[in-house]
Formats: sequence, C-alpha cells, structure tokens
Amino acid sequence: MDNMIEIRWHGRGGQGAKTASLLLADAAFNTGKYIQGFPEYGPERMGAPITAYNRISKTPITIHSNIYEPDYVVVVDDTLLESVDVTAGLKSSGAIVINTTKSAEKLKEELKGYSGSIYTIDARKISEEALGRYFPNTPMLAAIVKVSGIMSDEDLLNDMEGSFKHKFAKKPEVIDGNMKALELALEQVKKIQ
Amino acid sequence: MSIRERLSGNEATATAMKQINPDVVAAFPITPSTEIPQYFSTFVDNGLVDTEFVAVESEHSAMSACIGAEAAGARAMTATSANGLSLMWEMIYIASSLRLPIVLSLVNRAVSGPLNIHNDHSDAMGVRDAGWIMLFSENNQEAYDNTLMAHRIAENKDVMLPLMVCQDGFITSHSIENIELVEDDKVKEFVGEYHPEHYLLNKKEPIAVGPLDLQSYLFEHKAAQAEAMKNAKQVILDVAKDFEKMTGRKYGLFEEYKLDDAEIAIVCMNSTAGTTKFVVDKLRNQGIKAGLLKVRVFRPFPVDEIANSLSHLKAIAILDKADSLNAAGGALFADVTSAMYVNNKNVPAVNYVYGIGGRDTKSDDIEKVYNDLLEIVKTGKVENPYRYLGLRREGDK
Repeated sequence: MDNMIEIRWHGRGGQGAKTASLLLADAAFNTGKYIQGFPEYGPERMGAPITAYNRISKTPITIHSNIYEPDYVVVVDDTLLESVDVTAGLKSSGAIVINTTKSAEKLKEELKGYSGSIYTIDARKISEEALGRYFPNTPMLAAIVKVSGIMSDEDLLNDMEGSFKHKFAKKPEVIDGNMKALELALEQVKKIQ
Repeated sequence: MSIRERLSGNEATATAMKQINPDVVAAFPITPSTEIPQYFSTFVDNGLVDTEFVAVESEHSAMSACIGAEAAGARAMTATSANGLSLMWEMIYIASSLRLPIVLSLVNRAVSGPLNIHNDHSDAMGVRDAGWIMLFSENNQEAYDNTLMAHRIAENKDVMLPLMVCQDGFITSHSIENIELVEDDKVKEFVGEYHPEHYLLNKKEPIAVGPLDLQSYLFEHKAAQAEAMKNAKQVILDVAKDFEKMTGRKYGLFEEYKLDDAEIAIVCMNSTAGTTKFVVDKLRNQGIKAGLLKVRVFRPFPVDEIANSLSHLKAIAILDKADSLNAAGGALFADVTSAMYVNNKNVPAVNYVYGIGGRDTKSDDIEKVYNDLLEIVKTGKVENPYRYLGLRREGDK
C-alpha cells in the first residue's frame, strides 16, 4: 500500500456511515497503523446527506483538513448518486464502492464517466439476511477493506469479532449476525466491468 | 511504557481529567466540548474518580462553582466552548484576579452570531487579556499532554493563575487519532497533590477572598498578577522538562518546525500547524526553504523568544483564526509584530485571517500563503498586510 490512504464516506444520517468510518479507523489502528477517523459535522438529521473521512498511514499523520482527493469513496446509499458529486476529486487510480442493485450501465451514467474502478455490493440483502434488519454499515466496512486491501480478510474478521463482543456485550445475539454480514460482504463485493 | 491508544481530542482530555482526579468538576454542556463533562460524569458514576461533579445550570455558575471550590482549597476543573465561555466572562476575570489556579479545557468554536457551532479562535481571543495562562494544542496528544502539565504550572506558588488548554473544535475534538497515554500511577505522581498556601477552609488562618479593592490597592494587585504571568514562562519550561523526562515528549513555549534554515515561515496555532507541517514537507521536497513556528504558549506571550526565532527569515505570515474586526489585523499578528518591533527585528510580515466559522483550511490554502511569501521575498514589498485566506468573494463559486 502507498504511505497514506484517504477514504471518503457518503451516507445519510442514521445509516451509520460515521460509525463505519470510526470502526475502520479502529480496525486499522489494531493492525499497527496511524489513523484518523472524523465526520464532517453539519446540521445532522435522519436522512440528510453526511460525509465522513479516514486517513490510514504507516507514519504519523499531521494534516488536519477534510479530504479532497480521496483514494477511495464509499457510498452507503445509492440515492445520493443523484444529488451529491460522489466522485469529486476521486483519484482515477482509486475506486468507488457503492451499496446498490443498479445495473452497470446505469451506474456508469450516474458517475459521469469516472474512469477508475467501480465496485458494487447489495448491503441491504446481506444485512437483512444476516441481521434480519437493514444496517448497511457493517457490510460496507467489509467491502472497503476488501477493495482497498488495507488489511487481510482474516485480520478484519478477528479484529471485528473483538470489537463486536465489546460493543454488543449486552446484546450477544447480534454478534454472530454482524460477523456473518462481514463474511458475506467480503465474498459478494464485485467489480463491475 | 506508554499506552498506545486511539482517542478523539475530547476523549483524550476527559482521560487526562480522570487521571488527574480533581476534587471538583463543574460544567454545563455546549458543543463541541460537551463530551468532556459527559465522559467525565460517567467516570464519576462508575467510581473511577472521587471528584465532586457539579451539574450546574449555566457556564456562569460552572466558573463560579470552580472559583468557590478553589477558594476553599480544592482543585477544580471545567470545560466549555464559545458562548459558554462568553457567559463565564465575568467570572473568568474574577478567577484570575483571585489567583485561583482553575484548569479549563476550551474546545475552540466561533462565538455567535449568527449561530455557528464550528471551529475558530474567537472564543479564546475574547479572553486573551483576562489573566489566564493559555496553551494551544495541535492534536489530541497535545491536548492530553497540556492538560497533564496544567496544574503543575497553574498551582506553582510563583504563578497561582488559572490556565486554559485550547484545542480546535471538531477538527481535533471529534477526530479519532493515535495517542500515547501515560500510566495512571505516573500521572498521579507527576501532577501531585494540591496544597494551597492560603485557602478559606483553613481554620488556623481566617481570610477573606475577593473583598472590595479600591484606589489604594487594585493597581498593585494587578501588577502582581502581571508579574505572576511573567513568572509563568519559566515554570512552563520547568514543568515541560519534567514531562519530557517522564514521556520523552518535548515541549517549549513554541515549536519550531524546519525553521532553523528556513527563509519563509508561517506562524499559527492549533490544528492548522499540523496541516502546515504537511505542506512544509512538500515544499522542502521542491527545494523551497519553508518553515513553521507553532505557538503553544499564547499567554504569557513569549515576546523575546519568538522575535529571536523569527529574526533570520526573509518573510513571515501570521495566521489568525479570529478576526479582530479592528482594521489592524488579528491578535496573533499584533503580538508577533509588536514582539519583532521591540526587539529591533525587521522582517516583512503579513497577516491572514482564516478558517472563520469552521471554513476548512486545505493544504492548498497553506501552500498559497508560502507562494505569497516567496513573492514578498522576490519584490521586497508587502502590498497589503491584512489579508484573508479561503474567503469567498463575489464571482467565486
């Protein structure tokens, strides 16, 4: 990997994009990296577009601005493709990962000729199958790890199992579901041709 | 061995407060500092500290409660931002005048109005002449370290002044980053216990705190306060030396980043210094001799030290994250240029007001400042010393 990887998350308030960015920061931290995880705070409300960011590096990170030329973009809600310029500044050597069931043709049209790699995943299907409810952030976390190669699948699964055990100490029944969501997402994220 | 962790700036500050375990914390929530008393109140609830937590009804009362506690002989802390500090304003002066070494975490945010919850330094600049020691922090690590050093400085008998630790709201307060924590027992030993010389609950020495002080004495008391502020400079350095022995992390009155052989430099505070370091590295790779002076100790202002440190440069830019609205530049600019003048150091200097109300400061913005400085070096002229950085003008997008 390059020395510093920059990731921008697009989601809607309540979908957990901020939490996903913090979980990614956690997981990368646990593999020995320097990390930043921060949301762009606005007038937050359920359903409003939100942005969150990650920097991951082998060396200390001093820059403290938002990210304008990300290596990767994660889109948690594909309705944002119509209203937000999600590929703004995205490096053509990078990739975008979208939670969607839209066709490759439709996506290419909506991304206005973005020349880098486009990956899709149906996080709704995975979440509903694994958890019985729609929480797209866990599958999207696995998807970006897979696409960016920040860490191995095994490191992610081991680390997240620890995090979930801690986070859901009072709701152990959801740990297995979240682990299953991660595993399914690692398998199902696909590059479109 | 230090503890490798990842915490936000607010979590880091709350962790420092937990390790300090003060006698009293009195606070009222306000974004973006709310999490500090929120986390701290859970430490109280879970029995991790034995602090008396006072959930007051306003910031005026928060500072008043800290004043009462400190006057009684206790160690007191609080946290606030922006309009919370504005509401404390009356008591901020009383705290310093009564020589009560209260420690406040100020998570910097724009003072209304119109209402804005994001970062700039207008809150801190509003109290810059209030007699508080003011330390600024680039990141979560420095917010933590400055908090650990705070009581040793403030409670020194040659100082006895309140102290605020500043950090940038959201930019560092809400960003998760790596941090090295010090073990609890080492913090406890480093900070030590507070044994004030004079205090209200000392029955052997009945005293009055804050009585009427008219023409015959107030002037002398103010001069004593000013003297204490001068004394603080050496105490800050002494405490930093002990801190370095414990952690290996070195702190001074300010940080010089690639400044020794620099020809052009930026002077700024808090998180922008980190972004500036990123740009300095980039410019150095291009052969441009750029440097940075990051002010850590803003009050007392290190007049001679800063003037000497900047004297070899060909041009400097001073960045103010608060507009003084005085047609004469920001507060840091006024302090730096005044320091240069009284030390007979003549270096072309230019001021940029930037980042107001949370306007993001990009590395491109910082690079533009260095390019402007190169232009000043080339022409030898400063056309307009009072500038804006990142301001949208009519016709811009």
